[in-house]
Amino acid sequence: MNILVCVKRVPATGGRIVLTPDGTDIDTRYLGFTVSPHEECAVEEAVRIVEGRGGSTTVLTLGPAAAEDQLRDAMAIGIERAILLETDGRDWDPVATARAIVEAIRAQESANGPFDLILFGNESADSGGFQVGIRVAAALGRPVVTGIKSLAPGEGSVVARREAAGGGWETFELPLPAVVSVKEGINLPRYPSVPGRLRARKKEIERSTPAWQSGGLDKVVLRLPATETTQAEVLGRGAEAAPAVVDLLTRIGVLGR
Amino acid sequence: MSGPVIALVTSAGGGPDRASLEALTVARQIAAATGSPVEAIVVAERSSAGGAAASLAGLGVARAIVVEDDRLTPDHPDGWAAAVAQVAETRATSAIVGPGTERGNDLLARVAARLDLPMAANCLTVEPGATWAISRQRWAGSLIEDCRLTARIKVLTIAPNTVAAGAPDGGAAPAVESVPVTLTDADLAVHVTGREAPERGKISLTDAKVVVGGGRGVGSGEGFAELEELASLLGGAVGGSRVVTSAGWRPHADQIGQTGLRIAPDVYIACGISGAIQHIVGCKAAKHIVAINTDAEAPIMGVADYAVIGDQIRRRSPVRA
Amino acid sequence: MSSVPTHARVVIIGAGIVGNSMAWHLANLGWRDIVLVEKGVLPNPGGSTGHASNFIFLTDHSKEMAAFTIDSAHQYRELGVYTETGGIEVARTPERMEELKRRMASSLSWGVEDARILTPAEVKAMVPFIDESVILGGFYTPGVGIVDSLQAGTLMRQKAQDLGALTIAAGVEVTGIDVEGGRVRRVRTDAGDIEAEVVVIACGVWSPRIARMAGASIPLTPAVHQMIDIGPVPMFEHTTGDVGFPIIRDMDTNMYERQHGTGFEIGSYAHRAILMDADDIPSIAASALSPTMLPFTKEDFDPQLEDSLALFPEIVGDEKAGVKLAINGLLSLTPDGNPIIGETPEVKNLWSAAAIWIKEAPGIAKCLAEWMTHGTPEIDPHGSDIARFYDHHKTAQHIAARTTEGYNKTYGIVHPMEQWASNRPIRLSPAYDRHVELGAEFFEAAGWERPFWYGTNESLLGEYGDRVMPRQAEWESRWWSPIINAEHLAMRDRAGLVDLSAFAIFDITGPGALAALEHLCVNKVDVAVGRTVYTPLLNTAGGILADLTIMRLADDHFRVVTGGGMGMRDRKIFQDALAADGSAQLFGLWGPLARDILGLAADGSADISHKGFPFLTSKTVDIDGVRTLASRISYVGELGWEIYVPIEQGLRVWDALWRAGRPHGMAPVGIGTYAVTSRLEKGYRAHGAELELDFDLVEAGMARPTLKDADFVGRAAYEKQRSHEPAAVLCTLTVDDPTSSTGVKRYMLGREPILTPDGQRIVDAKGRGSYVTSAGSGPSVGKHLLMTYLPPDQAKQGTKLAVEYFGERYPVTVAVAGSTPLFDPDNSRIRS
Repeated sequence: MNILVCVKRVPATGGRIVLTPDGTDIDTRYLGFTVSPHEECAVEEAVRIVEGRGGSTTVLTLGPAAAEDQLRDAMAIGIERAILLETDGRDWDPVATARAIVEAIRAQESANGPFDLILFGNESADSGGFQVGIRVAAALGRPVVTGIKSLAPGEGSVVARREAAGGGWETFELPLPAVVSVKEGINLPRYPSVPGRLRARKKEIERSTPAWQSGGLDKVVLRLPATETTQAEVLGRGAEAAPAVVDLLTRIGVLGR
Repeated sequence: MSGPVIALVTSAGGGPDRASLEALTVARQIAAATGSPVEAIVVAERSSAGGAAASLAGLGVARAIVVEDDRLTPDHPDGWAAAVAQVAETRATSAIVGPGTERGNDLLARVAARLDLPMAANCLTVEPGATWAISRQRWAGSLIEDCRLTARIKVLTIAPNTVAAGAPDGGAAPAVESVPVTLTDADLAVHVTGREAPERGKISLTDAKVVVGGGRGVGSGEGFAELEELASLLGGAVGGSRVVTSAGWRPHADQIGQTGLRIAPDVYIACGISGAIQHIVGCKAAKHIVAINTDAEAPIMGVADYAVIGDQIRRRSPVRA
Repeated sequence: MSSVPTHARVVIIGAGIVGNSMAWHLANLGWRDIVLVEKGVLPNPGGSTGHASNFIFLTDHSKEMAAFTIDSAHQYRELGVYTETGGIEVARTPERMEELKRRMASSLSWGVEDARILTPAEVKAMVPFIDESVILGGFYTPGVGIVDSLQAGTLMRQKAQDLGALTIAAGVEVTGIDVEGGRVRRVRTDAGDIEAEVVVIACGVWSPRIARMAGASIPLTPAVHQMIDIGPVPMFEHTTGDVGFPIIRDMDTNMYERQHGTGFEIGSYAHRAILMDADDIPSIAASALSPTMLPFTKEDFDPQLEDSLALFPEIVGDEKAGVKLAINGLLSLTPDGNPIIGETPEVKNLWSAAAIWIKEAPGIAKCLAEWMTHGTPEIDPHGSDIARFYDHHKTAQHIAARTTEGYNKTYGIVHPMEQWASNRPIRLSPAYDRHVELGAEFFEAAGWERPFWYGTNESLLGEYGDRVMPRQAEWESRWWSPIINAEHLAMRDRAGLVDLSAFAIFDITGPGALAALEHLCVNKVDVAVGRTVYTPLLNTAGGILADLTIMRLADDHFRVVTGGGMGMRDRKIFQDALAADGSAQLFGLWGPLARDILGLAADGSADISHKGFPFLTSKTVDIDGVRTLASRISYVGELGWEIYVPIEQGLRVWDALWRAGRPHGMAPVGIGTYAVTSRLEKGYRAHGAELELDFDLVEAGMARPTLKDADFVGRAAYEKQRSHEPAAVLCTLTVDDPTSSTGVKRYMLGREPILTPDGQRIVDAKGRGSYVTSAGSGPSVGKHLLMTYLPPDQAKQGTKLAVEYFGERYPVTVAVAGSTPLFDPDNSRIRS
């Protein structure tokens, strides 16, 4: 089974986000970079499927030259090939991103045969568009499901499960080739081993440089939400706070007398 | 005067879900600004379409559109996408607005892909104009992006829990219009083939009025027994931070935060949770937040309404007494 | 946010391991109203303590750092937060194996117990997962351990609170420090102002920023140290407790590795120096992990992983063990690698406790607390004293250059004489061009470029043959030349001209000058105008703080001359008593022909006869139209003068002396002779070597028969010292036979342990081990010379002892016990 995983380089934010002075970007001077947890799981899932049933794995990203790091991270845990669609660092909107990825997939498939499965993270960590996987699937004429937390590929099809809106689970069965957007929780990604890291350092990365385009959604500026810092009312310390907690819960109406 | 604003309404438990009602609020604002009517497409079994339309009474919806195809159920995302796309094209629609839920985003992304239109997901404010000025959530709401949307039809989803939902009233139900659509087999190929009901008696985190959340400070999977007990006393559900689900102390489905669930209970009791921004975006819609933490300076205190400094409330808790 | 008290006796800023240790030690010494201000949250506020590797290797070549570390380990043990794991420094190269022998010697010198050299097989027996074929051996210290530094901090805060001495204000950020009349007055915070009598800056990497608020300078830079954590390691699955194996330092690759729980931590000092500005450290709120745990830059670290893989193939090469955590942790680096402690020279009562690592923090805090309380710390902190810095040391350029150069020396084999290469030259003598023409090899002292020897004196080698004591071994030939000894002999035979630029010279003037100096100095300063006084300075406990010369130039005008290394520190001692200023160039002219030469140069401008210009006096001498001040004194044991010249006229005087001396065979003589060989032959003591706080004047053989009438700092302690037999006596030893087992002549460089002939440590009644305080050639006596303090039983002429050097013991004999010079014992040459 040939699997492609698409990932996106994003800053590893942890604390309060700091913006650049012109407000058009996150100040990443002191931040590391990563991919979203969903995408880490997509990478892990691809590696596990191929470990189980054979095949090949490829990781692809659209991003700046430095996104090579994220490709090597994926290779460090076992992805075999990597493709970098190198940009000048500007934002690409979801339409443009999907177009560039589709073009790259078509080129890859005409050279190396089709990808049976193309995996995405459910949404990117930063821009959160919830759509690139769906657009790629639509352009390639392949079935797609999103929010997937369990994946079982069979012969010619794949069974995918996700949590249903009101609880419980719903199952899809898609014919292959197919596109799937996965969510964190589908697996627990492994950490890269040192030998894996050292192997990944030496691997080739295929590169191309698609021309920037706009798909109609253009970022103007970023801003932080109005801080909603509250001054928490301290109900007490440890167990001695219990009566006050009971009072509060009663007042709110979640605890009957 | 332009074509209608189409509101996509998904349902839960027989009526429109809350996020759809919130999206409808924004749809009305756009309609008012552009001088257009609001028309709603309710994603439901055709047999229940009438009832669904009636549930939108008093919410400023001019027409409820019922899709005429018996094969189409809410379990066919591409079928619905095809239907919405066809309706939008035939009615000179200016905008399609839906809830920024997993389902809403999935469905409208399929619509946008079919029509080769951009889509702005999880919008906060929308100002129509020559190009539309939109603000939308990034980083699950930790950051706001002001952007411009240029498109024949504006496809938008609205970030849940960020605008008020109108309440249906006893007013006149919108007129119901049955619209024929053409669905191919391919449109119906992707569909839910099986379902598992939620665990019996388990209250879902997104529906619970009370959620008890645990973080690193709980210390272990076993440590959650106490939280479970508190939750069951209060008729609530238990969730956790990413640390907790990554450590395997709780199933991943219980994760509250950026890559997990967004919850909006009446009370969220955060136990031993420091309050990383990724967690806070998942719980900040709670009406009241009570933080129980040994560290009075933890970031969670910056969003909490009430705080207990210390360990979890232990044995002598009168809640148990 | 906590509220803060409006007043404090002392405000300690920063609650890392240093601030917490300070709080406890000050409380323990009786301080109350201590306020500890911390902008982060406790117990881990986000500074370097929070990501420290927390292990403690006890051995350091520096006596001071070893003392701080050993004391710290002791304190951690008492707190119950020390896990003894043992530690092994492994060698991959023969050079490193030699270095490990040298570390073994330092362990003996400083009393690190039970250290020993291991074979590769012995290392393997202790650390079964090491590939012993990669190494040549190891240096094992059983007392090495790992400390829980956050728990230690918590316990120390608790102990201070239990005494009712400490208020903790966490989540409070310092926004300013007010200084009035040169003294610290108030700490401003976002929770209110605190009136403070004393302020301690214990802010680690933020210290420069906080000091600047008060107009003071703490010259350190935040720098990155990389580490990764891999696991779970299958081999460690059944390890009980946190640490079951010794910590490994892979010295040749600048890395360390340690097991903890099921994980394996790898740290590196091999990558490029990655420096940061204290102002650029992200805030706590904006940090992904903590302000001092920055994103890992794997391109810097990954090359080192290959080294780690080679040493621990079974662990690091395990495909199942993942890289769980990888950070660029920030720590503090200083231009000379030492901590920065003590009262800032700029602001009274503002103290620095910065650039201190986990391994030395409680020891340094105890020292600082003693210093702050009564001025008499038990461990001499002069190498870490903030007052040691000259202004050029405080520039960003200097800090960046020296920390970059020094970073990879963290595990390096650093020769005791090793010179810095970066940011030179800074301070040049007016005669610098002449030195260059003479082929000078420059060593740096206090920023000055000082000729250590002159290449053009190579011609003297033929004259003296084997009397220059040629060296065969590469180690002690490094930073050395036989020309040094040739210059020495030429000076003793004829005359030598020495450029003494690095001396710190400052004049003390005014009506209060005499009283202030009398108060500070052990020896009488109230001498006739024109007299020169050599005197030690003591602290109140009678420890030796400094030694220097003071020239009385007029009733109320004194000139203080002291070594460059501690010049600024000594200057602060006087400054604290009085204002001081002055600048002059200094040359030295010594040798049997010195009077003839000065006579020619002075051309009758002064009577320089023995009677007209007695020893230990000074007077004006005009040389080639320049009015100089000549002082008849000697540190080399020859007739001669120090000549003080206004700096811009220095070159003219050098040239005049050169013209006068050259026909007499005068040689230019470098500092290699001045500071080492000639003084050792004369038994002259040097500060930082023989003279330190932990020795007294009686032990150093510097007590004079009579005591002056005036009171002075340390008098009471000194009188007590004089009333009983000393616990140790400073001796000069000769190396009987420097031939090694392989037939190579070896020459010790200093700090080696002095042992009994059968290899036992020699420890005096005060618990001090004997070690070589200074070592060097004695060309005129034909022996390699060592100075050391010995207990009275051994401190007898003729006692046979041994010195350990690179794993071998060499026989030595006590040549002189006390201060009698080995060369020219009756000082006839000086007084001729």
